[in-house]
Order: sequence, then C-alpha cells, then structure tokens
Amino acid sequence: MPLVNGGKIVDDSFVKLAVDTPLPERGDILVPAERFLGEAEGLLQRAGRVGVIWPNNRDIAELVPYLGRIAAVALVFPTFRDGRAYSQARLLRERYNYRGELRATGQVLRDQFVFMLRAGFDAFEVKKQADAEAFMQTARRYSVFYQPTGDGRITALHRRMQLRHSEGVGT
Amino acid sequence: MTSPLEQKKIKIAGPSVVTANRTWDGIVVYRTAAKGWSAELSEAAIVRNSDEARALLAESIADDVGAIGPYIAPVQIGEDGKILPGNLREQIRRTGVTIGQPAQV
Amino acid sequence: MYAYDEIDRTLVNERVSEFRDQVKRRLSGELTEDEFKILRLQNGVYLQLHAYMFRVAIPYGTLATNQLRALAHVARKYDRGYGHFTTRQNIQFNWIKLAELPDALEDLAKVGIHAMQTSGNNMRNVTSDQWAGVAPGEIEDPRIWSELIRQHTTLHPEFSFLPRKFKIAITASDHDRAAIKIHDIGLRLIKNEKGETGFEVLVGGGLGRTPFIAKTIKHFVHGRDILSYIEAILRVYNQYGRRDNIYKARIKILVHELGIEKFSREVEDEWRQIRNSSLEIDDEVIEDIRSRFTYPSYEKLPHMPDELRQAAADPDFEAWRKNSVAPHKVQGYSIVTISLKPTGGPPGDATAEQMDALADLADKYSFGEIRVGHEQNLALPHVAKRDLPALWKALDKLGLATPNVNLITDIIACPGLDYCSLANARSIPIAQELTRRFANHELANLIGRLHINISGCINACGHHHVGHIGILGVEKNGEEVYQITIGGRADENAALGTLIGPGVKFDEVADVVEDIVEAYLALRERPEELFMDTVKRLGVEPFKERVYATR
Repeated sequence: MPLVNGGKIVDDSFVKLAVDTPLPERGDILVPAERFLGEAEGLLQRAGRVGVIWPNNRDIAELVPYLGRIAAVALVFPTFRDGRAYSQARLLRERYNYRGELRATGQVLRDQFVFMLRAGFDAFEVKKQADAEAFMQTARRYSVFYQPTGDGRITALHRRMQLRHSEGVGT
Repeated sequence: MTSPLEQKKIKIAGPSVVTANRTWDGIVVYRTAAKGWSAELSEAAIVRNSDEARALLAESIADDVGAIGPYIAPVQIGEDGKILPGNLREQIRRTGVTIGQPAQV
Repeated sequence: MYAYDEIDRTLVNERVSEFRDQVKRRLSGELTEDEFKILRLQNGVYLQLHAYMFRVAIPYGTLATNQLRALAHVARKYDRGYGHFTTRQNIQFNWIKLAELPDALEDLAKVGIHAMQTSGNNMRNVTSDQWAGVAPGEIEDPRIWSELIRQHTTLHPEFSFLPRKFKIAITASDHDRAAIKIHDIGLRLIKNEKGETGFEVLVGGGLGRTPFIAKTIKHFVHGRDILSYIEAILRVYNQYGRRDNIYKARIKILVHELGIEKFSREVEDEWRQIRNSSLEIDDEVIEDIRSRFTYPSYEKLPHMPDELRQAAADPDFEAWRKNSVAPHKVQGYSIVTISLKPTGGPPGDATAEQMDALADLADKYSFGEIRVGHEQNLALPHVAKRDLPALWKALDKLGLATPNVNLITDIIACPGLDYCSLANARSIPIAQELTRRFANHELANLIGRLHINISGCINACGHHHVGHIGILGVEKNGEEVYQITIGGRADENAALGTLIGPGVKFDEVADVVEDIVEAYLALRERPEELFMDTVKRLGVEPFKERVYATR
C-alpha cells in the first residue's frame, strides 16, 4: 500500500506492530492504541520514533498527554463510509494542537483526499496505486471552501469579506 | 413486494432469472446464458434450483462494469415456454409504470 | 432570490468536473459500484426500478425562471419530458442515463443549480417555508439563514460520511410550513427579549420505521452562534451515532437512546469549546448574504382592484381564488399556490411544457420567481391582485389551476412501487384513484382541510405518519396491503397518526378513505370542525367502529 506524504509517494519508515509483536530494537514503530497506553514510557524511551494507531471509536482525548512526544498518529477508516476519524483528526489538530504526522489508514481512496486534507491529515496510506499517483492532481480539485477548519485555507465567507473591503478601499 | 435489496439467503422456489440495471444507462437487463446481459426477458438464463441460482448470481456480480445491483427474481414459464415476470415488482420493471407518464397523458 | 457569486459558481463547476471524472472512472471499471455508489449518491443519483434517478436540489424552495427552464430542459433532453417535485424541495428525474449525467449537471450549473448532497449520508438540502420572505408576520426571511447553513454544510470536510442522512429545516412563521418537527434539526427563527435574532433548536425528529417528533434542545441560540451550535450537534452525532444498524443510525435514535437531557449536555460541552471560534458569524457576513437576496420593487397597489371585483362574478375563478390565493405581506399582492395534484394525475409531477409555461407566467406576473413547497406544489410568490384573473386563465389552460390546495385531493405521495426500488407497494395509483373519487370540488370543500399522505414502504417518504389520513403500503404474501392511520399532522402541532384497523387490499383503499370521510362528516360537531380536530376530540374508536363495522 503506497504512502503519500507531503504530496508525494514516499517510503514508509514506520513498521506497524501488532499487540503482541516483539519490539524491534531500533526503527520507527506504529503501535496499536491499547499497547501504546499500556507501555507508553518504555516505548517512548527507546531509539526510533513512535506513532500510535488510534481506533475511531475511542476518545482521542486519552492521547493528549502524549501528543508532544509521539511522531505520528494513524487514524482508521475501516470503510470509507465511516467518517468518525474526520472528527478525531480535527480535534487533534484544532483543539489539541497536534503538529506531528497525521496519517489516514484503512480504506483510503482518491475521492476522500480533499476531505481528509481539510480535516488535517497529511499522510495517507492509499489503497490503490493509481489513486496515490493521482494525489496532487486530486488535491487541487477544489479551490473554494465554505467551512473554516484548521488547515488554514481561506473560506468563501472570508474571501467575500476581503473582496468587499478591497472594493471599498477603491471607492 | 419484499425488496430484493434485502435478499440475503439464496433459496428459490421455482424458475428464476438474474436481473439488474445496465451500468451506463440504468435500463433493466437480464443475465443471459451467454454470460452477457439482455434487455429482453425472453433471452434470460433460467435457473431452477438454488445451486444454479447462486452460480448465476455470483457470475453476474462479478460483471460489475456491465450491470449493477444484480439479484434473483422469480419468473413464470407459460405453456408456450414464454418467460413472464413472477411478481408485480418484476412486472413493473419489465413493462413500466402502471400509471400514465405525465408527458404522455 | 439568492444570486450566486463567482465563488459559489466556481465550487459548483469544480463539483461537476469532479463527478465527470468519477463517472468516467466508473464506466471504465476503475471504480467498483461499491466505491462509486456513495459518490453518485452524494451527487443525487440513485438506482431505481427502471433506471437511475437524479435528484436536484432547490434550496429553501426558491427558483428563478431561468432555473425552472433549465429543469425543463433537463427533463426534455435527458429524461422523458417530466419531473417530480418531492417533499423536500427537490425535483427528481426518473429516467436519466449515468453516462449523460455530467452533461445534465453542467447544464444546471450554468444557472446555479446543483445536486450536491441530495442523497447519501451527509447533510441534505436545507429546506424552508415556501412562503419565506413574503408571508405576513414572519420574523425575518429564513432563507438568509438557510443559505448560510447551505453553504456551511456543502462538502463539509468532517460531516460528509455521517452514520446516516441528515436534514435541516427552518421556519420563521408561527404556522410551520416547513415541517421542522420531523427533521433531524428543526430551526424556528425567533427574537429574544432584547430583540436579537436567534433560533429555537429542535433535534431528533424523523419518520421512517421509528417515527419521532423532534424535541427542543435549546430554547434560544443567538444567530451568530448557529453554525457552531449545529457543528456541535453534528460532531456528537458523527462520533456516537450508531453505525451498526442502518435502521438505528439516524440522530433521532441517538437522542432517544441517550435521552434529550444527556444528549443536550454532550452538545453543550462540545459547543462551549467551539462557539467563540471562526464559526462565529459576524453581522457583516450575514449582511453580505442578505445583500445577495433581491426583492421585487413592489408597486403601491389597491387592496381590491377592479379586475378582481369583476372576476368575482365567475364562480370558477372565485373557487380557485378562495382556495389557492393567500395573503401577501405587501398590500395589493398575493401568494398563489399552484396545485400539482390534478384529478387523476401523479402528485407532484410537472411536464417540461408546464415548467416552461410556468416560467413565462412567473416572468410576467411574479417578478421571475417560483417557489416549491414540501406539499409537492409550486407557488408564485409575488402576484399583483389585479393580475389574478389573467393568471388563473393561463394556469387553467395548462392544467395547473385545480382548486384543491389543502383539500382531500392535495395528496402527498412517494413514487412507490411504480418507480422506487425500496417500495413494497404502489402509492401513485392510490392517489390517482382518490383524486377521482373526490374530484367534485364542492364535496372537497365541504370536507375542508384534510391531508392524505401515502408511502409505499416503511421508509415513509410520503410522510404517512403525519398525514391527517396516512396510508402505508406493505407487502403481505406477495400482495400489496395498506395500513391506514388517522390523526397525524406535520405542522407546529406535529403528531403521529394512529392505526385505525387491519390493513386492506389495493382495491379497497379508496373505499375505506370514503368511509372515514363519511364517518367524519357524521361525527363533526359543526362544519368548521376540521377532520383532525374531530379525531382529536373523539379519538380513533368511533372512526374504527364505523369504518370496520361492515368489513
């Protein structure tokens, strides 16, 4: 499954651990939430970056104490129809000011990229190679956004206000 | 008419066909013995037991580009061998609405 | 009228080109039907019995004449020459080809019409009072707020994959014509004691297999906070709404399972954290949206012009005027409801020719504006009273002057088994038969206000639960059987109807309705007592006894 990060297909430095996989000595790891919470201090002290795979039915606030020390949060789309992780992503970015990698995993398809970007995701485990290759093109599909989110894109309402004011200056 | 969209277990009580809607334009089609789709019920492949039905449905589902939403529908076979829809829903799908269409009234 | 600006136009165009790409990938097999289904639904495309169905949004029920002509054009070019107006201010085309849909959408986009989120598990078309902006006594035009919410809910990055569909309706009048109590969120525009505009917010209404009347979650939310409040409700719903069972996934079930107190606490907690954010609406933003709604320059006209006085001699005109013409907030003008319920016709259908002709009439008599109501009728919102006689003649020629608004033949019906793949039984032929039985307008007037609602399955698109007489088609042993309820209503006193007795067969439905009406005429205390009031006073029993005595 190709990983898109920073708009490009990249190698994934993280290894995903299951609940019972022996801990590798070094290297970046992605750990299931339960295991992470159980052995957080040990995990965070080893060499290599640590990320957490967080299920979409668990309160993201539980992760808050660790946000400054983890390198990645992977949120899960069990199917693309299940939109819970969008709320988790926005909370991480906008309420808890998480600035590390925010990765979309599961059934990640091309036609959800724009929503995911707007919700704050910046890394994508894309299910299909063709979708990953079309990432940049797809991300540019829209130039107008009605809702304010933490992604910094200017909303239609504010663009209108700017236009009004710039017109106002001239008259 | 129980909506066939709720069809879960495959169990047929009599002669049946697989029907669906053609992907590009949506018209009603029937699975043929030649592994294609036809708008004519008379060209439909008839299955008579649950194993045959399951196989025909599986093959139809696999042709996702050709037609969508395939399901098993009952038919009646007339004395002359003519295939007729087995219930009101399928009758309506084959012959159209039972009301006048406004543009033609 | 709301006029799109370049920003709105750009978004709609970007949506069309995205969907064109998606259709292309579907037809080439790059997208499976499972992957594509949600994408098409989010663009208003269903698969029905005979073909794809295409549902186009008419936000808050307001249409300009060039938009109505574009709908007629779509009916003619891509469909079979007619469209069906629905109970949620949408229009549906029943015979569209998937391969041609991007073209149809492009044609509509040119006049500022879209089909975004008319289906799918996202926020649907925001609906409102079809008399918004012209009804006397309104708090203020609810469409300003409807448009604000429409924009905010369009392609929302967090709430486009909700547990289930989500519908918002807004009213600003004491008499609720938008059926807000049967919506996921119902908003009633009010003023607080300081004279500030805000909303009473209701939540958790809906019909379907588990009908609920919405409950008030907050008595006053200030206008500037309405987006953050809605966002808080949706965030709670998105996270906790059930996703394990499609029939339990609507917000009404969550509200019911948590209880309104616990649910409102959850919302309140969330809201506290987001209310003073960029979601807060400043007055300037509202003014900007308000400024893009244009209102006609009304003339100063007499309350009773000569034309009207003279036409009063014609009993047919008078019958229509009394039935279909309502008071306007400006003296000398009227709101004219156009019945799409002709005798023997499918409720809510209009042909391309009728749409075009109506657009011409709206240009001539209604400042180029048409409205669409949830009762599946249309309206001309600004007709000078002096023009009523001429308008009536023209409407009559088009078959659009049936004087049956709010009467027994003004039936709301879903498409039923004639079109719909979910249906268990037919709805339209039942409606057609009833309109024939009660075709005599004197009889219909004698009966008075009486709403019949017909649904062809438990999903309740015909709103049968809230019909004064509700008819629900089900299937029993391969046959169509109809269950009949009485005493429902959809207005500010919304209530669910009560079953009157065992289900009856297709051929018997009209007879039973006739018997119910006969029972009502015998039981009412005086001619002014409306059907629903008699049912309220006496309960179902006396009706049951009379109707089922001989069955």
